[in-house]
Amino acid sequence: MKTAILVFPGTNRERDAADAIESVSGIKPVIVWHQETEIPDVDLIILPGGFSFGDYLRVGAIAARSPIIDALHRKADTGVTVLGICNGFQILTETGLLPGSLIRNRDLDFICRDINLRVVNNSTRFSQSYALDQIIRFPVAHHDGNYFADAETLRMVEDNDQVVFRYCDPAGEINATGNPNGSVNNIAGMTNKAGNVMGLMPHPENLIDQLLGGIDGRALFESLLGRAA
Amino acid sequence: MKARVLITLKTGVLDPQGKAVQKALGTLGFDGVDNVRQGKVIEIDLTETDETAAYAKVSNMCDKLLANTVIENYQIELLPDGT
Repeated sequence: MKTAILVFPGTNRERDAADAIESVSGIKPVIVWHQETEIPDVDLIILPGGFSFGDYLRVGAIAARSPIIDALHRKADTGVTVLGICNGFQILTETGLLPGSLIRNRDLDFICRDINLRVVNNSTRFSQSYALDQIIRFPVAHHDGNYFADAETLRMVEDNDQVVFRYCDPAGEINATGNPNGSVNNIAGMTNKAGNVMGLMPHPENLIDQLLGGIDGRALFESLLGRAA
Repeated sequence: MKARVLITLKTGVLDPQGKAVQKALGTLGFDGVDNVRQGKVIEIDLTETDETAAYAKVSNMCDKLLANTVIENYQIELLPDGT
């Protein structure tokens, strides 16, 4: 699985993403700087976490206007798999590749802890190695993870089965107790309509080795590897 | 001339910062505060002297970068030099 990782000033999770990809696929990803205008021929493009451009103006806003973004649009339009994690998800909404927006957490806190997720759709290229309704535990580390979309957009997202992960309580119930940041419909991860672009706030790339407390994130990358193979 | 852009959250978009400010106002003893919404102001100095052209330019800036129209509205105020 050939992978490119896009890096902006302030990105800080590119190493974690690269380690996860190499651990699962055995192939080192290519790092692409935001001022480039071409992305190499790859199976997967990752926008990793961090605080691109210091979160100035709005989270992800400045990164989404970088020179590399035109190339990202071209790749995404031809069906190349695109994965945005945390700040990467925020950038993808700012580019318009994913609908809605990520706003300040409901309780204004920076949340840095493990949260529970339910896999609500395992028929996507990002989630096929999970069981439907599987309860998994991922870390989150964000200040602006509160997913918002207007009623009409939300209806389309739900009708098209674009939601992949929802925040849940430890028993797996999708409710207010299990919602750390106020996201509408407990949305933690979602795809675009075509299904080749996904964004999620939690960090699967940090749970690929038992040494780090679990391997719940591994299946996400194995899902992608299964498709690329 | 100078352009002043006022960016506010659309109705229906949760504003946790506005809520926190509202609560703090209550703590300070200010009563009768029904709601607080927080936004931002961006001031831009332009070389353009024609108001219509300046307005069009700043509108385009708002649509392309300054505001995220998924969640925000913007208003543009033009301030001719010397005011």
